[in-house]
Amino acid sequence: MRRRLAWQAARLHEIRAETATARTLVLDVPGWPGHLAGQHVDVRLTADDGYTAQRSYSLAAPADGDRIEVTVETVPDGEVSPYLTEVIEPGDQVEIRGPVGGWFVWRPESKAPVLLVGGGSGIVPLMAMIRVRRQADSRVPFRLLYSLRDEDHRYYAAELRRPEPGLDITYLYSRTSPPGSARPAGRLTVADLAEGGWPADFAPDCYVCGPTGFVEAAADLLLTLGHAPERIRTERFGPTGD
Amino acid sequence: MSIVSRGFRGRRREGGDLPPGQYLVEDFPVLSAGPTPRVPLDRWEFAIDTEAEQTHRWSWEEFMALPMQTPTVDIHCVTKWSKLGTTWEGVSLDVFFEDVETAAEYALVYSYGGYTTNLPLEDLLDGKAWIVHSFDGEELAPQHGGPARLIVPHLYFWKSAKWVRGIRLLNEDWPGFWETAGYHNYGDPWREQRYEGD
Ligand SMILES: Cc1cc2nc3c(=O)[nH]c(=O)nc-3n(C[C@H](O)[C@H](O)[C@H](O)COP(=O)(O)OP(=O)(O)OC[C@H]3O[C@@H](n4cnc5c(N)ncnc54)[C@H](O)[C@@H]3O)c2cc1C
Repeated sequence: MRRRLAWQAARLHEIRAETATARTLVLDVPGWPGHLAGQHVDVRLTADDGYTAQRSYSLAAPADGDRIEVTVETVPDGEVSPYLTEVIEPGDQVEIRGPVGGWFVWRPESKAPVLLVGGGSGIVPLMAMIRVRRQADSRVPFRLLYSLRDEDHRYYAAELRRPEPGLDITYLYSRTSPPGSARPAGRLTVADLAEGGWPADFAPDCYVCGPTGFVEAAADLLLTLGHAPERIRTERFGPTGD
Repeated sequence: MSIVSRGFRGRRREGGDLPPGQYLVEDFPVLSAGPTPRVPLDRWEFAIDTEAEQTHRWSWEEFMALPMQTPTVDIHCVTKWSKLGTTWEGVSLDVFFEDVETAAEYALVYSYGGYTTNLPLEDLLDGKAWIVHSFDGEELAPQHGGPARLIVPHLYFWKSAKWVRGIRLLNEDWPGFWETAGYHNYGDPWREQRYEGD
């Protein structure tokens, strides 16, 4: 029997600011079936005259019973994201369906080293993987390369500042590096991946997520470094490419 | 009736006749599951493998010598964007199938890079599908599936396999990459067949 993914009512429990433009939404979804790190939900908004819009958002954390989290970045002039970051308040309802996606996922049973490469809001599903790893007491070594505009655009800053055995994090600032950084601000390079990632012969599972141009570039650089295409999984957050 | 989200009004960028749940884009988003394969033209080929194990092959030169069409079609991605009036250049699948003898009902399309997607054979025939090498008058970029991709505009865009390499004809349906990962087996945007069971 195949379960139809039905739209379910979700109620906003709590909203947390991640940055000036990103919010984490904690939602209660009665009967939530659970999910894997890397999966997403579709969110549907309905206006009072019946007009609807839907978009996809990655699940940011493992499920806590019926409670799920997503993190949304405001896209200026966007239709859905400004509502989710600026208008919605605790107690308000949206509809969601999911979990969706069985490819861009990390399972705690997996033993291969993991390389996470995130750009901007592409950190969201990677954070879910980091949190699942911690929850499962997994000792699989993780490396995270997180490309972000500047320090003010850093998601999950407090949580990622806490040292975590087996998780190495490299921040790659694209516009402004914090004072004292050795690396000048700029786009992801092959040297960044060579230094902050794993050698290809370690055969890590690579997860790359972010805006299209970023994902395209990062995946190409991983190939250049000799990583096998079948170990490189990508998730591209549309709609705009570079 | 769905639940109203207090304070949501929507932007309503209407785009004429869009399938349910879709919104209009002017740019061209890219979605794929892994890195972009690069296929040199001198090693490119397109093949049709029949259920009787007969293979029909076309090299790049043979492909480019076939009669070309320039279909202008709307495309609909399962991630909710639609793009209207896109113009491609390529060869109708009907041309490739002229000399192919088959009684198979199903097709499994396969790509350079390992991607697969399945659809009923009849959805590829009668002017419904093309192998294209150009978009908007320009050579198809690798990230959009170049050198050549399939275009099946009446189904969600994941059926329009990028970097197409061949079609295997089958008597039984064989789900492809996204179809095994929770997406709908057929994928009609007008019936909103996004996920398994829709
Ligand atoms: C699998 C998946 C997971 C995702 N996960 C996340 C996540 O965890 N967090 C997150 O923040 N995002 C995520 N996204 C992206 C998200 O789904 C939305 O695309 C994003 O929030 C923007 O939606 P919007 O309605 O605000 O903007 P839209 O209204 O879609 O607009 C986006 C941009 O495109 C431009 N645009 C749109 N339509 C037109 C038009 N007709 N003409 C000109 N310009 C136009 C807008 O001006 C704007 O700049 C994910 C996407 C996918 C596919």
